[in-house]
Amino acid sequence: MDVKTWTFILVGLSFALYIGIAVWSRAKTTGEFYVAGKGVPSVANGMATAADWMSAASFISMAGLISFMGRDGAVYLLGWTGGYVLLALLLAPYLRRFGKFTVPDFIGDRYYSKTARVVAVVCAIFVSFTYVAGQMRGVGLVFSRFLEVDVHYGVLIGMAIVFTYAVAGGMKGITYTQVAQYCVLIFAYLVPAIFISIMLTNNPVPQLGLGAEYVQDGVKQGVSLLDKLDGLSTDLGFKVYTEGQKAPIDVFFIAAALMVGTAGLPHVIVRFYTVKKVRDARISAFWALFFIAILYTTAPAVGVFARTNLLQTIPGASYKEAPGWFKTWEDAGLISWVDKNGDGIIEYNGTGPALGKKEGDSKFKPYYVADAKSGEGRGNSGERLLSNAPTDATNELEIDRDIMVLANPEIARLPNWVIALVAAGGLAAALSTAAGLLLVISTSVAHDLVKRTFNPNLSEKRELLFARIAAGGAVLIAGYFGINPPDYVAAVVAFAFGLAASSFFPAIILGIFWKRANIYGVVTGMLIGISFTAAYILYFKFPALMAKIGIVSPPNVSENWLFGISPEGIGTLGMVLNFVVAICISFATKPPPEEIRNLVDRVRFPRKAFEDSED
Amino acid sequence: MSNTPSPEARARYWRKNLCWLGGLLAIWFLVSYGCGILFVDELDKVKLPGTGIKLGFWFAQQGSIYVFVVLIAVYVLVMNRLDRELLGQNDD
Repeated sequence: MDVKTWTFILVGLSFALYIGIAVWSRAKTTGEFYVAGKGVPSVANGMATAADWMSAASFISMAGLISFMGRDGAVYLLGWTGGYVLLALLLAPYLRRFGKFTVPDFIGDRYYSKTARVVAVVCAIFVSFTYVAGQMRGVGLVFSRFLEVDVHYGVLIGMAIVFTYAVAGGMKGITYTQVAQYCVLIFAYLVPAIFISIMLTNNPVPQLGLGAEYVQDGVKQGVSLLDKLDGLSTDLGFKVYTEGQKAPIDVFFIAAALMVGTAGLPHVIVRFYTVKKVRDARISAFWALFFIAILYTTAPAVGVFARTNLLQTIPGASYKEAPGWFKTWEDAGLISWVDKNGDGIIEYNGTGPALGKKEGDSKFKPYYVADAKSGEGRGNSGERLLSNAPTDATNELEIDRDIMVLANPEIARLPNWVIALVAAGGLAAALSTAAGLLLVISTSVAHDLVKRTFNPNLSEKRELLFARIAAGGAVLIAGYFGINPPDYVAAVVAFAFGLAASSFFPAIILGIFWKRANIYGVVTGMLIGISFTAAYILYFKFPALMAKIGIVSPPNVSENWLFGISPEGIGTLGMVLNFVVAICISFATKPPPEEIRNLVDRVRFPRKAFEDSED
Repeated sequence: MSNTPSPEARARYWRKNLCWLGGLLAIWFLVSYGCGILFVDELDKVKLPGTGIKLGFWFAQQGSIYVFVVLIAVYVLVMNRLDRELLGQNDD
């Protein structure tokens, strides 16, 4: 059977499974809708958290990014898993004891202020939307490439699926669906990695294959895989794979911003409310990281395998004899080749970008002369012609990093069902995260805004209705962004992490660990942290926007950065500012009232440590 | 409830909690920012015994994550013990 048939079968089966689970476990009360009635077992909750946490970015993009960045790719590995440790140790158990539904609830109550609650709700909604848009792009990518469905329909189908089980099932439906999605995605990630690990190193464990001896056609080559890859890279003029290119201070700040930003992501924090006891919350945090680590320690191996295979297959190959995947991804617009010297051979080396970016684009984007299906606009070898200007570099190839994981099984010539499995896994990763985020958006609107801020007398039935309407609206908006992605998705994601790091995190940490923290300090800290971070990112990342208000942005290069910190890492500095300001101003103003100090005690100690405990 | 813990017991619980958090986060910082970022080039001069991976590279892309999993496991065990100490048989 061909890849397309396999993909239809596997994706269809997995979708049927998700919907079936959602129908079986649909929510009947607001409690079940928001937090699954608090009755989910720890291991299941751990799996669901892992699926929630690992987005399309983790599954589809991360290994590809690493394979192009080499050692510096560690910022994503360290940032995302290290942030999880912060979350599990510093936030989750305490927020769980607080016992209400959302982070804005905590901020609003701890700082006895409606304003603080609304600020937190707006941050949560903004961060969530940015993220959902990214997931929808992932869904569109898989559909357009593997099922040859137009991206628009791909996103629409994805929206319909998420809508069905998020709106009907609520948190309960989502949780059990995510357990299934975790199983699908980890299986889909590991199978090709194991196959390729055996091919390249004779070792079936990818984590060990990474450090093993390189094997070609079953014969040991007397050189380790990483040394082999370093050699291949330098021969072609690329940087040494296992050495860092970024300045250590920048790597430090980017990793920290990702860590702290991740710890503040609202959709993961809410997961800890879905278990019965604080102890269960801790145990499920352990299981979640365990399940996440399986994928995260495989990803760097996948990055190395993919890079090695790519560098061995493509440079110096003639286009006419290039493998099928090369042309399919070219048709999908994610590989661009320009035959600069007219010899029909694909030159791929580290001399620089092959093609120039068009004016107004923040990074390279291909512009093809004609549609892939029309058969027109083809060059001498049959390649798609582009209107981007070729550069002086001898490099002729541009590869979109997002395709590395999806193309990996094809590059390694694995059987068709493995290729289809990866497609189903990518969809599982994207849908599970999107559903979790949509739930946060709907909870934020129905619970935090409508009920807690505007109409406290709202009945449970009406609130549930509002939550479902909000989830529906959120799906539509997310779908819109999936079909018309903003030109600078990557820049917007940096924005989301930076803002989460510089706003939420200090407010929650101080709220738990420092009783003296008061509304004046924390709100000022949040505002200063968030405006500093936002201004810095806008200044460097959105020059077109800046020009409109008469500010000329300097080029986004390290010479111009503050202390050599890139916009991706600036959230860390914003967070430090936030902490300093919040602490100074809290000291200078009057301490929070007595009942707030009691509330902090309630969060710090097990409930049974108090006389009037009931649970 | 007859045997609600005294304020002193609660203070002790909180102090121990903070000590453990401090210790675990120190290790967290050491493996990720220390071995994986700040001292990575020094560590890269040696290879992880028995493999072809440079030690710094290994910490940055593999080792830190394993340590993170262990850190959370230790945290779960410690906190469950502290809860039991504070509450006695009253735990669940």
